[in-house]
Amino acid sequence: MNGRQIGDVILDLQNISLRFGGVKALTNISFDVREHEIRAIIGPNGAGKSSMLNVINGVYHPQEGRIVFHGEERRRMEPHMAAMQGIARTFQNIALFKGMSVLDNIMTGRITKMKSNFIEQAIHIGRAQREELEHRKKVEEVIDFLEIQHIRKTPVGRLPYGLQKRVELARALAAEPSMLLLDEPMAGMNVEEKQDMCRFILDVNDQLGTTIVLIEHDMGVVMDISDRVVVLDYGKKIGDGTPDDVRNNEEVISAYLGVAH
Amino acid sequence: MLYREAGQFKATYAADQQIFPIRQDRIGIQLLLALAFVAVPLFASEYWLKAIMVPFLVFSLAALGLNILTGYAGQLSLGSAAFMAVGAFASYNFMLRVDGMPLLVAFALGGLAAALVGIVFGLPSLRIKGFYLAVATLAAQFFIVWLLTKVSWFSNDSSSGVITAQAMVILGYEFASPQAKYLLVLGLVATMALMAKNMVRSSVGRAWMAVRDMDVAAEVIGIRIMHTKLLAFAVSSFYCGVAGALYAFAYLGTVEPEGFNLDLSFKILFMIIIGGVGSISGAFLGSAFIVLLPIFLDVLVQDVFAGLLSPTIASNMQLMVFGGLIIFFLIVEPHGLARLWQIAKEKLRLWPFPH
Repeated sequence: MNGRQIGDVILDLQNISLRFGGVKALTNISFDVREHEIRAIIGPNGAGKSSMLNVINGVYHPQEGRIVFHGEERRRMEPHMAAMQGIARTFQNIALFKGMSVLDNIMTGRITKMKSNFIEQAIHIGRAQREELEHRKKVEEVIDFLEIQHIRKTPVGRLPYGLQKRVELARALAAEPSMLLLDEPMAGMNVEEKQDMCRFILDVNDQLGTTIVLIEHDMGVVMDISDRVVVLDYGKKIGDGTPDDVRNNEEVISAYLGVAH
Repeated sequence: MLYREAGQFKATYAADQQIFPIRQDRIGIQLLLALAFVAVPLFASEYWLKAIMVPFLVFSLAALGLNILTGYAGQLSLGSAAFMAVGAFASYNFMLRVDGMPLLVAFALGGLAAALVGIVFGLPSLRIKGFYLAVATLAAQFFIVWLLTKVSWFSNDSSSGVITAQAMVILGYEFASPQAKYLLVLGLVATMALMAKNMVRSSVGRAWMAVRDMDVAAEVIGIRIMHTKLLAFAVSSFYCGVAGALYAFAYLGTVEPEGFNLDLSFKILFMIIIGGVGSISGAFLGSAFIVLLPIFLDVLVQDVFAGLLSPTIASNMQLMVFGGLIIFFLIVEPHGLARLWQIAKEKLRLWPFPH
């Protein structure tokens, strides 16, 4: 972990408020993400953590607030544009393409980098064919990285839960993102699977230099791997800082970590 | 024992990504193509070519088109026959009104006209899904048939909207004999099937399947949903349009708008359900099932049970057996004949030691 250098702020969220009708999902939240860091978002159920990720990659559009990504203020943006800018994500409930093989799922992750049009692909000579092979090579690197060589031809529907989560991470990584949003990557896993996943997240961060924003409920994991933690409760920010700061913050303890009565 | 992939090592990604990675499959498809291109025209009777093989291929192409839309991109449609009608009438009009229009170009333009209409009627898919979309595509089905009947310009002012397709001439050669017609249809269908296979194994096909399986995730990955869905409608309608043109030019010769009614749309939908949703070979298997089975039952009832049943009972009997078989196949394998074939191959790979 010492090899990486935490850089400047690449994502700055200022006074974000998001409402669904009368329901306030997020109220006046500000925080930033620095390059190459692992930034955790924690909070009780319904605190607005997933909404926060959805704001970052353009699925939701906040009514108020500014989002500055790589020094550019972002106007209303659609999710595919976020993908173009190098933001990839995984989902809380696995969102793999069930009817496709592992390989096809991961290849789909590279779709923004494919240049050939459908007519070239239909004829399948020249650029379309070359591209297919080049991207296959890149995808195989991701497969090696996440150690899922043995299941590359398996339909994802047949895989156990832990492996599906790993394939989803592979699909996100295939896009070579500069920022990776992970929504509860370790939910529902046993201890070994969690350890594997932690190792992969740290490897991605360390070897590929990817900035990671992650939501996680396992406090042990969060405190171990993240550089800075932001704590949400009822759509409001109640804490922000290093794991140690957050652990000793009175408000965070009473809202989330638990107090002795 | 013969169907083994042991010993076939692949050293390049190109070898691993070819359409038939297993050598036995490659030999099988070559034999099938040789049979279709050489043996069938040499040995099949005129009746077989005209009344069975040509419609089988034309319906395969239409089913292929619908399978791209419904099986791969996940958009349910009940308008396939209408898109066939657009293809047929557009090709007819291009041939009629443009001097020296080459036949294949007319087919392609007919397909493109169908693609444009497909895009227009695909617009509701941006907001609605599933059964509701199917009902919206019904609008295409009724509207197009109505329009072609009502506006006599499309049928060159013929009284009942009937058109008679022009002779099929390419470079001075007239495709008039059943053999020639069959070979022309086969060539076109085989080429377009190969192109469809290429599309579904490339990024456009993966985008379609991604939208089908999980559209939110697809969007987050960077797939433009609108573009992908409308492209599926366009390509699908192009295939249906060319199938419609072949239906008019190579099979029937004389067609009317009513020939492309809802029944035909349902027939094509049944083909992909029975053959296999989301499978290229499924379109051919389903078409074979729907085209051949009634003929087979006909022969069976007339020849074997001829003396036992009265003609009315016999013809109803045929429909009942047909319906029963469809239900039977769907219960045995809801994913269609193509899936059965795949399972058989997987079993065969391990036979005789399944563990």
